[in-house]
Amino acid sequence: MRARPKAYLAGIYEHPERDIAHSSAAAVHAQVALGALADAGLTLADVDAYFCAQDAPGFGGVSMAGYLGLQTRYMDTSEHGGAAPLSHLGHAAEAITAGRCQVALITLGGLARQQLKAGHRPSSAHRADGPEGPFELPYGPSVAGLYALAARRHMYEFGTTSRQLAEIRVAASVHAQHNPAAVFQTPVCVDDVVESPMVADPLHRLDCCVVTDGGGALVVVSPTVARDLDRACVAVLGHGEAPKHTGTGRVDLTYTGARWSGPVAFEQAGLTPTDIDYAGIYDSFTITVLEALEDLGFCGKGEGGAFVMDGGLQAPHGRLPFNTDGGGLCNNHPGNRGGVTKVIEAVRQLREEAHPAVQVPDCEFALVHGTGGVLGTRMSSVTVLLGREGP
Amino acid sequence: MTGSDRLASLADVIPVPRIDPEQRAYWQGTTREQLLLTSCNSCGEVIWHPRPFCPSCSSADVSWMPASGSGVIYSYTIVRVGAEAEYARQMPYVLAYVELDEGPRVLTNVVGVTEEDLSIGLPVRAVFHHGRGFALTRFSAAPDRTS
Repeated sequence: MRARPKAYLAGIYEHPERDIAHSSAAAVHAQVALGALADAGLTLADVDAYFCAQDAPGFGGVSMAGYLGLQTRYMDTSEHGGAAPLSHLGHAAEAITAGRCQVALITLGGLARQQLKAGHRPSSAHRADGPEGPFELPYGPSVAGLYALAARRHMYEFGTTSRQLAEIRVAASVHAQHNPAAVFQTPVCVDDVVESPMVADPLHRLDCCVVTDGGGALVVVSPTVARDLDRACVAVLGHGEAPKHTGTGRVDLTYTGARWSGPVAFEQAGLTPTDIDYAGIYDSFTITVLEALEDLGFCGKGEGGAFVMDGGLQAPHGRLPFNTDGGGLCNNHPGNRGGVTKVIEAVRQLREEAHPAVQVPDCEFALVHGTGGVLGTRMSSVTVLLGREGP
Repeated sequence: MTGSDRLASLADVIPVPRIDPEQRAYWQGTTREQLLLTSCNSCGEVIWHPRPFCPSCSSADVSWMPASGSGVIYSYTIVRVGAEAEYARQMPYVLAYVELDEGPRVLTNVVGVTEEDLSIGLPVRAVFHHGRGFALTRFSAAPDRTS
């Protein structure tokens, strides 16, 4: 029997643009913060906790807190790459449960598209000063290359095919046709994916996510605050997070940190994978989704290829409808960090506010999972479970 | 697939690594074409990348151990798009993990091979590409060790 939820998602906002030449990163963070607070029916003056990661410009969270005029009692700038907002969501729920705060604001924003236009590609080295730097960076570890290493090994061990990975892109593209803000709104077929140019064998261009400007914000509140809001609030039921790295040098590329973060989140929520109606799965590349599905227990290890076939991920009636906004593969990957948009679409599903064509009927429980960093070396895996039950 | 593409030799692509003080012996070893690993004198763990302690047993009693330089490909990719810095004009090139005979899997490049040669499990041997005061350890096919 589950305990009563101690924290609720009350506000969400996704920046509507994907190519933002007119704003600084700070202004993007502010725009999404105001949007999420307005969605909740709250204002900046109500916020007593602030969460952001290294995509927020300035000194930790302090510069942005100053820009937003926040006077907080709690702040957390945990860095988990694209999974950071999921970690922040879990941490915010814990802080609220502990009575440290009542209204937590989480922001993410970045201008990756503008940086790409200026010649700066997404980098695999989040910080070149890591102890591993001298033993990895001189060998040209491109981002796609590091995911390709995982895909190749998964194929070798389990017989996974490029056509199976392509099914993940196909599902995302089928969903994205209903999202007018998505970068790619035209459905593709398996042949389109496997015939697109090779980026890093065995990953093709259409196995890769988009590079976009943008951002998103979340507002997490206590049950007391939630009860006074007019907006439908979504319960935070469970949270788990784990790093996966190369350890002493025996990296196994066939699994992710989800094998540790998932069970913790499920146990806290009192749920199992069969309870999940909708999944928001980080999709930097198709292989990111496939390995996470296995590690989270939606299928056995090595069975991800079969699981995603025959429309398994397509809403509304697939085995596990996923990323109904089109995900990072087709919709949005703001600032090269796709975690916040996974939470946002899951909340839309639980509020029954997704596009009618992809709304999962009677959506009661959702899982969101983030993979920050890269599959090929080190990552932070964060799983959050959400439920539609109100305060 | 673009199987006829020449894969980069990378012989003159030698980005300078940051050399941390406790790893000078490692880099000096590479100038002698020796690949050094750290080995724990307490629990026997062979540790990659090198560090002055053992994460497996918390011992600070570790020493340098020469690797044989032999291994097999654990996984590989041919990077065709999206490389950074010195590699931007080297595509296509091979990025790989090589599993050393001593156990660790090291991120590296495989050179001197064609696309058709590449496979997981391919026996490889260390080659050293020299910079000033260091060398990068890459790998090429070891035809004498057929799989």
